[in-house]
Amino acid sequence: MIRYVLGRLGGVVLILLAVCLFTYLIFFKLSPDPAVMICGKTCTPDRIDSIRNVLGLNQPLLTQFWEFLRGIFAGREYGSVHCSAPCLGYSFQTNESVWSMITARLPVSITVAVGAAVLWLLAGVIGGLVSAVKQGTWWDRTAMALALGGVSVPNYVLALVLQYVLVVKLQILPFPSAVSFVDNPIVWFESYLMPWVVLAVGYACLYARLTRSNVIDTLSENYFRTARAKGLSSSLTMRRHALRPALTPITTIFGMDFAGLLGGALITETVFGLNGIGKMAADSIAKNDQPVIMAVTLLAAFFVVIGNVVVDLLYTALDPRVRVVSA
Amino acid sequence: MTTGPTLAEVEEVGPAAPPAGPPASGKRLLTTITRDKGALACLVFLGIVVLMAIAAPLITKLSGWGPYAFDSAAINSDLGGLPHGALGGISGSHWFGVEPQNGRDLFARIVYGARVSITISLSATLLTGILGVVLGMLAGFYRGWVDQVISRVMDFLMAFPALIFMIAILSSLPSGNRPVLLVVVISAFGWPYLARVIRGQTMTLANREFVEAARASGAKDTQVVFREILPNLRGSIVVMTTLAIPGYIGTEAGLSFLGVGVAPPTASWGQMIASSVSWYSVDPMFFAIPGAFLFLTVLSLTVLGDKIRSGIDQGEAA
Repeated sequence: MIRYVLGRLGGVVLILLAVCLFTYLIFFKLSPDPAVMICGKTCTPDRIDSIRNVLGLNQPLLTQFWEFLRGIFAGREYGSVHCSAPCLGYSFQTNESVWSMITARLPVSITVAVGAAVLWLLAGVIGGLVSAVKQGTWWDRTAMALALGGVSVPNYVLALVLQYVLVVKLQILPFPSAVSFVDNPIVWFESYLMPWVVLAVGYACLYARLTRSNVIDTLSENYFRTARAKGLSSSLTMRRHALRPALTPITTIFGMDFAGLLGGALITETVFGLNGIGKMAADSIAKNDQPVIMAVTLLAAFFVVIGNVVVDLLYTALDPRVRVVSA
Repeated sequence: MTTGPTLAEVEEVGPAAPPAGPPASGKRLLTTITRDKGALACLVFLGIVVLMAIAAPLITKLSGWGPYAFDSAAINSDLGGLPHGALGGISGSHWFGVEPQNGRDLFARIVYGARVSITISLSATLLTGILGVVLGMLAGFYRGWVDQVISRVMDFLMAFPALIFMIAILSSLPSGNRPVLLVVVISAFGWPYLARVIRGQTMTLANREFVEAARASGAKDTQVVFREILPNLRGSIVVMTTLAIPGYIGTEAGLSFLGVGVAPPTASWGQMIASSVSWYSVDPMFFAIPGAFLFLTVLSLTVLGDKIRSGIDQGEAA
């Protein structure tokens, strides 16, 4: 088991390196003149030259990449500015280190992601389970039709509709703002409710469909029939024999989806004006602030890669069949 | 969801179930779909959208306004450019109303937007289809190092948050031919989901008796691949690609919404919704119309893909 974990971690380091290189190539080799892009739309030739020097863009690619990697672990100097330890870059448009921009906004993104995840897991798994048990009934058909619809709504359309109906017309909810929980729990909840719902709907529908088909599959498995034949109660067999194997694939995609969200819900945060990482990324795209986009890309990839490993390790713990194979 | 072919990805046509017997015939599939009222409605709606896309210049000639023509008479400059009249300025000359501020005809922009959305998503589907099938079959058929290389690349691409990498690539590229770039980027991150399924099924198929029989009678590799294996993959390819199209339409709209996709003044549904964000509270029709078209198109494609899948599953079980 320890060897397996170590092997996985080694793989992770390799993938993260590849991700860094890939991202670096996208931003510094794909674009015709990175210094011009980084500098922004209104920029003097002098400033562009100084940025080129500071970033070492005249040096060979490998040296540049090495400097970038070293910056992440040891920090680096950009001319007169110091960018400390996890230096993911420096925004020459806002004159801030990208890392401090990220850490300032991470709490909002985490709040959005965690709330949405709780919502979609509960709704998706419970909805799918009930549908599977009541397969073919009125409830099942309605729920699955709704799920098909929910999967198809683009989340920015849903966000605009909800905002128009609930905030502008009916005035039930306030306009979302990133209030902290400590200051005012009620406003906090009301502010984040819409973003949570908007993000959760698509995933919940997807998870409901997946849970339903998984549970229906396990209900026809031999071990499930054996368990029932031995006289175990219906609720116990449901919990132990049907739900558990049906939920393992859910764990896998949940890990990926949740990790993906931590890197910022670009569209939802933008529409609701919540100042998280996603909105920062979207704003940076509009201003073409390359270092910020690059850092967010790296961060998101980092979350997803780590999420993947956590899921794999959890999987071996949850599903005895995988354990036998990997041993 | 704009990140990718989510439904197709999650509920892949399992490689665990080997495709037994001939795939359901297209004709029987069509009868099943036309008998289902919901599926028929979806088919009709999609037909209208495709027709709009093909005949866009003709239709706008009929409706009287082109997608780029400004109609300053239709907007009220005293109110910051809000359209005259109720419901975003819907009238006899502007069937879906006009854009606030510049008065461009929404109907014409929807029609031309359909063109952009359909062209991009179909091209991306075609390109992913080709990449996915060819690479998946290569990996599944030759195994060994070919499989190793292709599988590692797939793992790498699938481990990525695709949307954010698409944004990264699109934002760092100079704004050249955006639609072509969009197709390339969407396909680059989309093909592994198809290839993974094709690879698994090719592996099972390559061990079946009829492949062995073909080899014994002296068939070459290319003959085995194209005559014996490919026809048996038809069902999965059809299902995976139909379920992928709505994902691509959503992705295109999402990228355009974020400002890295189709650039204005070219109309695209996602980009129309993006420009409506600042007007949503005073002119709700401005986002409701493109939003409804986007939602209904994605929904129709998803429903149809779902029906085709269950149709093919039943055909295989029979």
